[in-house]
Amino acid sequence: MFFNPFSKDNPVVVQILGICSVLAVTAKLEPAIVMGLSVIAVLAFSNVIISLLRNTIPTNIRIIVQLVVVAGLVVIVSQLLQAYAYDVSKQLSVFIGLIITNCILMGRLEAFAMGNRPWPSFLDGVGNGIGYTIILVVVGFFRELLGSGTLLGYQVVPQCLYDAGYVNNGLMILPPMALVVVACIIWVQRSANKDLQEK
Amino acid sequence: MNKQGNTYTIIYIVVLVLVVGAALAATSISLRPRQQANADADKMRQILASVLITPAPAEVIPTFEATVSRRFIVDAEGAEVAGDAFAVNVAEQSKLPSAERLLPVYECRLADGSVKYVLPVYGAGLWGPIWGYVALDADGSTIYGAYFAHQGETPGLGAEIEKPAFSSQFEGKQLFKGAHFLPVAVVKAGRKPAGDEDYVDGVSGGTITSKGVGAMLSDCLAPYEAYLSTLRK
Repeated sequence: MFFNPFSKDNPVVVQILGICSVLAVTAKLEPAIVMGLSVIAVLAFSNVIISLLRNTIPTNIRIIVQLVVVAGLVVIVSQLLQAYAYDVSKQLSVFIGLIITNCILMGRLEAFAMGNRPWPSFLDGVGNGIGYTIILVVVGFFRELLGSGTLLGYQVVPQCLYDAGYVNNGLMILPPMALVVVACIIWVQRSANKDLQEK
Repeated sequence: MNKQGNTYTIIYIVVLVLVVGAALAATSISLRPRQQANADADKMRQILASVLITPAPAEVIPTFEATVSRRFIVDAEGAEVAGDAFAVNVAEQSKLPSAERLLPVYECRLADGSVKYVLPVYGAGLWGPIWGYVALDADGSTIYGAYFAHQGETPGLGAEIEKPAFSSQFEGKQLFKGAHFLPVAVVKAGRKPAGDEDYVDGVSGGTITSKGVGAMLSDCLAPYEAYLSTLRK
């Protein structure tokens, strides 16, 4: 249950959820990591809270209840980032708020937390959050490396390569390349796991 | 009690919203001082960046206190008015007619003893606000340094205005041509502006952001004309 979302049941490359934020925050590695950690925190806690409340929630307003819990947690995370990681919160700006609309959250709350006890829900939240983070970090790694020649802001492509005529690929910084990188990951993953391939 | 009934549903959602609302209010109140301190330190860092000083994050506040010898507000006639320059919201002021604006000035004394005047500017890029600080030499005309920032311009295109490659072009440009006040223009690389004002090359691929920088400079620096004239003597 905990390890499934890392690969075989990965929320991004298998369930194809949360693609929007993958495009938006992966131009550099650092915001990708912080975004991943934020999603892990929000997903784990909202899963636990919804799981605790699951027997009291009236069925016809359950989506609203889930949204209120998620929105509350996201605002708290955003406030914490502004207080303790100001530079990162400036970079992520609007995207932290957009965690609210991240389909992974609603997907896990609806599909798992509404029907399971708090501890398994917590594991499920952390697992799916990590699965999401892995993809974010991989995409961020390639986009920053190829697009800016840096990793976490440090120059890694040596100057002698630039002198020899190498240039950073500006296309990598633009959102469409995130889709291409994600597609490449899906390709690699489905080649490795034959049972994921559609007939 | 019937968990699917209307009464239960309404009570449930009201209680939930109250609990979440209280939690948010508590978080916001308890973190507010820290967030404000962060925002202030960031503003100080930006002001220092315009006079080409880039201290380590922990050194920002002491460096700012040591560098900025005086901060004050002027009006469009060039007269000083009472108030704390640091607390002036430049974004709100830039929406007022230029005659009514409060215009903050940061007087900086650098390590070599020279005096610089830092003026804040605020405008609109392609996707959202852009802002910056322009540092002038003691003659009130020569640009010593500039710093620009943005909220959400396109990475690699409009966002390049925050890079030194763009802002360092402003160094040495003149705001006054003879007796005429002409803020620096931002034009397409290889072009020239219609008048004889000084100009810099815009960011290729970031035309609207570059135009925004030019419009921001002319809009936000023009009200300072009277004050800057007094510096020229």
